[in-house]
Amino acid sequence: MSKIVKLKKGFDINLAGKAQKKIANTPPSETFAIKPTDFVGMKRPKLLVAEGDNVKAGTPVLYDKMQENVMICSPVSGEVVEVKRGAKRKLLEIKILADKEVEYEQFKTYNVSELKSLSREEATAQMTKGGVWANIIQRPYGIIAKEEDTPKSIFISAFDTHPLAADIAFTLKGDEEAFKTGIEVLKKFTEGPIHLNHDLNGEVSSVFANVEGIQHNKFSGPHPAGNVGVQIHHIDPIAKGDIVWTISPYGVAQIGKLFSKGIYDASRLVAIAGSEVKDPQYYKTYTGACVNKMVEGNLKQDHVRFISGNVLTGERVEKDGYLGFYSNLLSVLPEGDHSEFLGWLKPKKEVLSFHRAWGLFSFLNGKNKEYVLDTNTNGEVRAFVETGVFEKVTPMDIYPVYLLKAILAEDYDNMEALGIYEVIEEDLALCEYVDVSKHDVQQIVRDGLELMQNG
Amino acid sequence: MKFLHKILEKQKPMFEKGGKLEKFYYLFEAGETFLFSPPITAGKKGVQVRDAVDLKRMMMTVVIAMIPCLIWGIFNVGYQHHIAVGETTSFFSVDNLLFGARWVLPIVLVSYAAGGIVEAIFAVVRKHPINEGFLVTGMLIPLIVPPTIPLWQVALATVFGVLVGKEIFGGTGMNILNVAMTARAFLYFAYPSQISGEVWTQLADKTPVNGYSGATALAVAYESSTTDTSVISGLADTNSVLAAPFGGDFFSFQNMLIGGIPGSIGETSTLMALLGALILIATGVGSWKIIVSVFAGAFAMGTIFNLVGANTFMELPAEYHLVMGGLAFGAVFMATDPVSASQTETGKWIYGVLIGVLTVIIRVVNPAYPEGIMLAVLFMNVFAPLIDFYVVQANKKRRLARATV
Repeated sequence: MSKIVKLKKGFDINLAGKAQKKIANTPPSETFAIKPTDFVGMKRPKLLVAEGDNVKAGTPVLYDKMQENVMICSPVSGEVVEVKRGAKRKLLEIKILADKEVEYEQFKTYNVSELKSLSREEATAQMTKGGVWANIIQRPYGIIAKEEDTPKSIFISAFDTHPLAADIAFTLKGDEEAFKTGIEVLKKFTEGPIHLNHDLNGEVSSVFANVEGIQHNKFSGPHPAGNVGVQIHHIDPIAKGDIVWTISPYGVAQIGKLFSKGIYDASRLVAIAGSEVKDPQYYKTYTGACVNKMVEGNLKQDHVRFISGNVLTGERVEKDGYLGFYSNLLSVLPEGDHSEFLGWLKPKKEVLSFHRAWGLFSFLNGKNKEYVLDTNTNGEVRAFVETGVFEKVTPMDIYPVYLLKAILAEDYDNMEALGIYEVIEEDLALCEYVDVSKHDVQQIVRDGLELMQNG
Repeated sequence: MKFLHKILEKQKPMFEKGGKLEKFYYLFEAGETFLFSPPITAGKKGVQVRDAVDLKRMMMTVVIAMIPCLIWGIFNVGYQHHIAVGETTSFFSVDNLLFGARWVLPIVLVSYAAGGIVEAIFAVVRKHPINEGFLVTGMLIPLIVPPTIPLWQVALATVFGVLVGKEIFGGTGMNILNVAMTARAFLYFAYPSQISGEVWTQLADKTPVNGYSGATALAVAYESSTTDTSVISGLADTNSVLAAPFGGDFFSFQNMLIGGIPGSIGETSTLMALLGALILIATGVGSWKIIVSVFAGAFAMGTIFNLVGANTFMELPAEYHLVMGGLAFGAVFMATDPVSASQTETGKWIYGVLIGVLTVIIRVVNPAYPEGIMLAVLFMNVFAPLIDFYVVQANKKRRLARATV
């Protein structure tokens, strides 16, 4: 029953500085952080540690008062060196200075036959306690899944089409068994199928090829073909009342390790990429690593922006900041805080544009040209004027502008009818990129999702 | 240029909050961002890189697409004058250029100035940035008025168009009607004697030669139908004393296609409008669906009238409708205004076809308004949201149907 879906709409932002498939020999990061703001929808984060406490990898550090069983655990063993708070004492970062050798909290291990007889309750308990539950994201809303829900299906995208994205198969090399175990555990949670979606034009990696008892689908097309939201739309769309879970392949493997080895293993390969990186490559570290060591001596210049994640959906972090919980990519771009004489009129060939309005000649460069783009917005915010463009980069049967306007008007019925349940920020991120009027499309989408959740 | 930018930056605090000229911040901002693209960078969350396009650039593309029509219009105003007063001249002569520029450029300047002042006042009072949309409107209005129009009427119509057509709704992006068409409709109903009849040739106080008629092809067509003579022969008889610049009779098909005829400044040459269409379509700024469907709708309606054939105007070969009057200019530059047009891709087809159909119906059936495109565009502007409503409704139904399966 596997499906092949060929998508045409979308746009690839081909940036310079893609990570080479090799692993850096630089010294590992010393500090790691958990950022409550990474967990969308976490309303009342409660701290379980204090400055000076010693933790192991897998020691609970944080939970949401609204979802008390789901623990966010320390990625490494070491000492809690700082709890950083912002305005109104908002919890921002819990910093942990890592030991040289990582010690793990020990959880129960399961062998193959024990896994077969594992009950859903037992699995839930282990996963929520062991720090891996936060990998499961629920649609609609894109928030951490609720333990009591039963999703109609679970979706995993095995490829990432975002600009400069890390190669998922490369980052999971050696985790074949863990991935399979993770899938076995996930099967406890749904009666419906688990969908693993591959790139039609790529080779299916050994990590994913031999996983049985799930549905393998293939997608082709430009970004956002690799977005799980787009894949759900074409295979098993979400209507009102439906719940679908999504999880990254890394999350699946992490769940697998929790059951097979009994540890919360937060080690991961992170891609360091972007035009300002001298030698873009992969870096072996743990979730939430500090940026500074990763880029030490590896930058072309200093006036750069560090982005936890990709350039479409990521978040700016400082040089002494930390990668996000879900992030396997550090993008480094030049800052764009410069003015240009008659910048709106000048012909430009070196700046990528989806459009071909006067002077935007990047379409002449061909598809293989790699661009060095900076963070300048290239214009100011205006009212919606151009029409039909958002549709061209959204491979879903959705009218993005109408949806966005419904959100701005806080029109609940229309938001629902126009498909708000089917999208989260990343699915409309390209709209934000191509927008002539420079709206913060993703923020509007998040506002809409929050309205629907609370309304 | 850095030097100039530094001077500007130094003035900035004066216009910012708490500064002496705080009120005029958006005027200063408009000026500064016109000269120097602002150093704004992407926010903390969300996209970290943005497309190179912005609204200024998009609007500029439309202005560039209109330049062929403007230049042609300038030559044609001169040419029409010279042949009307009996001087022989070749179309692209310096004489025509100078005479045309003398009458056309003031209209362009007045239109930009009048509209610019309204924009500036609204930016200051309503505290919003200046709308780039006016780059386009300010050029559109001169191209759809006769060269003989009094300048004060241009100013008044522009103010009316920008004010009532756009600003009271909240500015570019919020308007319901096409701004330039609103301005023209205002002129048409407020000062009909300056925008209908034989106003299409700037005679500049000289007497025209014997047998000269300043009527447009559409007026001739209507006249012919009242006397039950064939429109083609009616067209052929008009101004037969004058030499057609591009061969054939004065109102031959090819002459109307290329544009050596009297009319509003920018509308006479179907060919130049098509050149503009080519620019708009190639750059993706104008919707090819709308442009194609307006022509298709007009041609289809013309053909249907051929079959009815109740009078000689109805018998006019359908392709003539495409080159007469302002249909081409309206299809390319007016109907495609993204704000007032239909916003869904399916809707654009329906919207365009109906504009074409309505234009021909108004031309042929309603003799009071020989130029149908203006009213057709305005009428469909009003209906565009309704078309979109049903297209979007269909999308909602698809989503619901999927859920129950």
